Amino acid sequence: MTDNEHEIEQPDERVPKRVIGTPPPGTSMLGTAEVTQAEEEAPGVNLQDETKARKAEKIVAFCFMITFVAAIAFIISYVVFQVGSPEATGTSNMALGTSLTVAILSLAIGIVVWVRQIMPKYSLVQERHPMVSDEDVRGVVEKTFIEGANESGFVKRKLLRRTLLLGAAPLGLIPLVLLRDLDNSKMPGSQFNKLLRHTVWGEKTKDGKPRKLVVEGTGQPIRAADFNSPGGILSVVPEGYEHDLNALAKATLILIKFRPEELKSGVKQNWTHDGIVAYSKICTHVGCPAALYEQNTHHILCPCHQSTFDAADGAKVIFGPAARPLPQLPITVDSEGYLIAQGDFEVPPGPSYWERGDAEAEARAKGGQA
Amino acid sequence: MSDVLTSTPKAVSGPANFLDERLGGGAFLKRNLRKIFPDHWSFLLGEIALYSFVVLLLTGTFLTLWFKPSMMEIAYDGSYAPLKGVMMSEAYASSLEISFDVRGGLLIRQMHHWAALLFVAGMMVHALRVFFTGAYRKPREINWLIGVLLLTLALAEGLTGYSLPDDLLSGAGLRITEGVAISLPLVGTYITFFLFGGEYPGGDVISRFYSLHILLIPGILLALVSAHMVLMWVQKHTQMPGKGRTNQNVVGAPFYPAFMAKAGAYFLFTLGVIAGLATFTQINPIWIFGPYTPADVSAGSQPDFYMGFLEGALRIMPPWEINLFGTSHAGTLPLSVLIPALVPMGIIMTGLALYPFLERWVTGDHREHHIADRPRNNPHRTSIGVSAITFYGVLWLLGANDEIAANFHISLNMTTYAGRVLIFVAPALAYLIAYRMCLGLQRSDQAVISHGVESGVIKRLPHGEFIEVHTPPAEDMEAHLRGKEAVPMLPVAEDGAGIPPAGMRGPLGRLRARMSKAYGGEKIPLEDGHGHGHDEHAAIEHGEAHGGDEEHAAVGAGGDDRSLTH
Ligand code: HEM
Ligand code: FES
Repeated sequence: MTDNEHEIEQPDERVPKRVIGTPPPGTSMLGTAEVTQAEEEAPGVNLQDETKARKAEKIVAFCFMITFVAAIAFIISYVVFQVGSPEATGTSNMALGTSLTVAILSLAIGIVVWVRQIMPKYSLVQERHPMVSDEDVRGVVEKTFIEGANESGFVKRKLLRRTLLLGAAPLGLIPLVLLRDLDNSKMPGSQFNKLLRHTVWGEKTKDGKPRKLVVEGTGQPIRAADFNSPGGILSVVPEGYEHDLNALAKATLILIKFRPEELKSGVKQNWTHDGIVAYSKICTHVGCPAALYEQNTHHILCPCHQSTFDAADGAKVIFGPAARPLPQLPITVDSEGYLIAQGDFEVPPGPSYWERGDAEAEARAKGGQA
Repeated sequence: MSDVLTSTPKAVSGPANFLDERLGGGAFLKRNLRKIFPDHWSFLLGEIALYSFVVLLLTGTFLTLWFKPSMMEIAYDGSYAPLKGVMMSEAYASSLEISFDVRGGLLIRQMHHWAALLFVAGMMVHALRVFFTGAYRKPREINWLIGVLLLTLALAEGLTGYSLPDDLLSGAGLRITEGVAISLPLVGTYITFFLFGGEYPGGDVISRFYSLHILLIPGILLALVSAHMVLMWVQKHTQMPGKGRTNQNVVGAPFYPAFMAKAGAYFLFTLGVIAGLATFTQINPIWIFGPYTPADVSAGSQPDFYMGFLEGALRIMPPWEINLFGTSHAGTLPLSVLIPALVPMGIIMTGLALYPFLERWVTGDHREHHIADRPRNNPHRTSIGVSAITFYGVLWLLGANDEIAANFHISLNMTTYAGRVLIFVAPALAYLIAYRMCLGLQRSDQAVISHGVESGVIKRLPHGEFIEVHTPPAEDMEAHLRGKEAVPMLPVAEDGAGIPPAGMRGPLGRLRARMSKAYGGEKIPLEDGHGHGHDEHAAIEHGEAHGGDEEHAAVGAGGDDRSLTH
């Protein structure tokens, strides 16, 4: 093998060096080194120098030995290291992973050295032919096609052709029809969007009482008198639906306590209780929980795409891609002083959809509160 | 060298004979065992994707042995103490089991995730290589389309896989998917109800995603990957321009034994790197996030990198929403979801799919191409590519604008406003810069061909001036540069009466002609005949013609020896 052969394999790598700098030693610039192909068998196959190859063989063998040892180490680690706690799992992962990595990489390195230093350097040439078939072949195919089309009767027999198409059309629809029951609610598709207009806040509890607001996680009802430090915030879910993910996906609330003078006109005052305001926590953009709250600015921030809502002003959008305020839930207290829902949201909470319409304007027109 | 094989050993010839008598593969092997594969580092990028896919199939199958695609709520009873007794889906519980109760489970889970990232990343850089070298041109357009499909499906495969463990992070991704699906005009609510089996999140989506993730999409991927390989095999690989390489040949190493061994080693490297990443770099620690609930989100949650551009697009969108029919229950168009979810992806994927055909329409080039272009030699194509990368890159960066804002202490809102401007300005700028750079590089090639390379030999002339001796470039390098060819152009010239050729009339035809003129042609010819002495030019041509040692020396003495003391 000569340098020259190597260059053919890696043209891009070598060229810039010589354009930018001075030529590397031993290249053809001021006189080509004779291409030595003493041991050559066939043109384009340049055998490696045997002493070099023998050295390489030892390196390759060493790599393969490492693979052997590391693979054994993997099996031993599997038996020795148990999993369970994060620490134990971490140790096991480290032992298994390291031995596997070493075993595989040294096998890879061994093979690469083998290819590069023991196998010949190749610069073989093979011809390409245009992809297109010969004219006469194409002629024969065309003729065969026409013959077959006529023989089959497909061309001549219109009735056959048309009824085949007729039959195939509904057959092709069957897979689509079969998918109709993907929806489990067993309601007409046009009714789907009606479900989105309601949340469990609109339903009374089993014993006919209005639904309590309870703290997410603990399920504790909230006594208004206890939620009394301005700037306080709670993540709230409906009583009885603490673990119902479908209900939570629409009904989760963010509850904020204000000083009465902080509230601006966007907040519907008689839907609040003593400066406590409840907004849907489900972002009106694409539905992430708008979970972050900044006390001094009263900003609710959705971590997904950073829509920002002004909680002191009806949660109207002040930044980001959300186009609508977070709906406010009408709340009050029951006889024992616990926070309860007065009823459902006036507009559908969560992301927009085709059938939603301008629900806010609709609510205003219905004479909702200012 | 003592042991040399002189006849095929029994162990090989026996089975080979058995198979040949039944299948007759001899002719195929005769043609293909020594099939030639050209070599260039950039040809390995696609292999990264291929081998990552194999790793995904292997590790994914391992995961299926324990994973339970069920959203049934159970109390966790595994060995990860902090979550003991917590209510969660069986899917999440079984993912925890894989992580903490199956030996090697965490390793394989992390390998699966890393391989997924490498798979998509490998495909992306591979596609860029193909684009910038024009390797999608005839006859390879079909393989290019298969590639675009593969990329799209890989995103879908990643999305469904990411949702399976049902932890808080994966749920956030699912929620965004739902928000996007439901925003679609007319069909949005139908699609979400069919996908989730009712209202979000329902109890079906994990098992449905599971069958998509482990059966349907991988099946299609496997079929397409195989087709991709067969076409590559049949059409033979493109090669870089260089000495002895033409549009009618392939120069390189034979499949057996060299390329085969190299490919095997390369698979092992990919596998080894994935195993190393899974060992030393934690990925998706689902136990930290906790089970999914629509009521919570982990702050700073980021999707996998390949979804980042969609995230960025959603983030910089202004809050636009239209109600076509006012308060009636139809006609809501949530543009702040629809535009970012559909438009960038649409532009990129459609643009990729159509590019080979648009280029052919503009250049009128219907020839087969097997020599890869150097990107500089088709400056408009390269600039379009760079511009698209910039577009993608801006969106991708903005998908992490909270991190950028935190790390560089700029306000979050500023990053968004900047993004809204950059998404238009940056691709345009990138286009101009890339175009200039291509021409600059072409000029430096021209200099090498016309004036030779600096030899490093300084000569002092009798009158005291120092010059550096220039010599013609080495043969192989010159061949590499001379592989350049003018970008073809339609015959757009008007005839004597000022009438454009047929097909170039009418508004579309005129646009086509104008584009062809801009896109095609030779911007910087390799040989610039002006400004330099005659004999210099002659000398170089002389050198080329013979290429022997004495000529090199002769040119070295008499060539374009430029003064260093100018
Ligand atoms: C071909 C491209 C594929 C991609 C891009 C991909 C991607 C992913 C991703 C990102 C995850 C989440 C991993 C995590 O838990 O951190 C995942 C999970 C999973 N994948 Fe794949 N995957 C692919 C193929 C497969 C195949 C072929 C199978 C099965 C034959 C499979 C089986 C699974 C299973 C069972 C899980 C859930 C396990 C768990 O999260 O604990 N995947 N996949
Ligand atoms: S989901 Fe809240 S900003 Fe996108």
